[in-house]
Amino acid sequence: MVTVRIAFISIIFGSLLGIVLGVIWTSKSKWIRSACRLYLELFRIIPILVWLFIMYFGVTTALNIDLSGETVSVIVFTLWGAAEMGDIVRGALESLPKHQIESGKALGFSFWDLYRYILIPQAVRRMLPGSINLATRMIKTTSLVVLIGVIDVTKVGQQIIELSRLEVPTASFWVYGFVFILYFIICYPLSRLSRVLENKWNG
Amino acid sequence: MNLNWQFIIDSLPLYLKAAWTTLKLGFWGILISSIIGFVCSIVLYFKVKVLKTVIQVYIELSRNTPLLIQLFFLYFGLTKLGVALSETACAIIGLSFLGGSYMAEAFRSGLEAVSKTQIESGLSIGLSKTQLVRYVVLPQAFSVSVPSIGANCIFLLKETSIVGAIAVVDLMNVTKDLIGIYYQTFEALFMLVVSYLIMILPLSLLLTWLERKVRYAEFGN
Repeated sequence: MVTVRIAFISIIFGSLLGIVLGVIWTSKSKWIRSACRLYLELFRIIPILVWLFIMYFGVTTALNIDLSGETVSVIVFTLWGAAEMGDIVRGALESLPKHQIESGKALGFSFWDLYRYILIPQAVRRMLPGSINLATRMIKTTSLVVLIGVIDVTKVGQQIIELSRLEVPTASFWVYGFVFILYFIICYPLSRLSRVLENKWNG
Repeated sequence: MNLNWQFIIDSLPLYLKAAWTTLKLGFWGILISSIIGFVCSIVLYFKVKVLKTVIQVYIELSRNTPLLIQLFFLYFGLTKLGVALSETACAIIGLSFLGGSYMAEAFRSGLEAVSKTQIESGLSIGLSKTQLVRYVVLPQAFSVSVPSIGANCIFLLKETSIVGAIAVVDLMNVTKDLIGIYYQTFEALFMLVVSYLIMILPLSLLLTWLERKVRYAEFGN
């Protein structure tokens, strides 16, 4: 299933890059902070579909390379996921009390050990609900890839409609209804989980 | 990379028209979803029986499915059952269906943030129920909701980029046509990005400003 593959790969890479980005984001340098901020805002202000178009039509022509729609989608979703995830990680890290960092430093932890043993484990709790939400948003957004010619679940649905146009005239109702339910079945448990975690850890 | 400026000037009217369509769709989408969201949040807040369950189901359905599929279902699916809607109508219904649940969540979080002491104090100084809602609950709830309402407005305006898929002549559709017919890829994409920046950047700045303004209402919380 192409849809699942695109979503899965981009969520994994997006989260990994996002964690790195989030750690960089907490840097004290004003320039680094503004650069990260700009990166995130670029993805927030310009719709993802526009990014897909830019990658698919623009970048490939500019660099004279040939990328399949699937590769383009994975790249765009990964970059977008990294931006949003970076913001979640930054928020979680900054919400930790300052004395955690100071105590760690006082105990002689190196930079890596500080993050590895003190900050990241505590931050994970705070960022989990947000990142699960992000994952459902990314899964939902994968539906857009059909518009740059990827054969995803929607495209397969369209092919079924074309094939059965004569025998079953109402096919498009059933097929799109089915795809609708399919996305719901994937996303609902995730959003439920994120809400449960949120309630549990807040209360 | 040299942009063909003549082409950009020539295609300007097309983009203006398309941007206007996008704004119109966004406006109606935001307006209707705010109304839906407001009504839903009130029902959830007062825990009206039966209706509450219906609204919860609606919220989960609309939040957990992509807009593109909702639009395809409305536009291609329902026509087959004899419900024929124009592209624009479909786009607005789709946006409102999606936005309604997001707005409902935004309003609800605001309503729930109003502390119980506020309501009890209001009752104890003899306010009627309408007065209580009008002067005590809503102003405070609103100020809490503003950031998420704003985020939803931007979200909906961005989501309008998808309606091109059901043949509404919006920015995406114009861009795709220009790329397909004239091969002026960079010019078309450049115009596309600039159009979205012009529409969304001021809105985003305005909302940041508004957010700071309404924070005053939270004073003493």
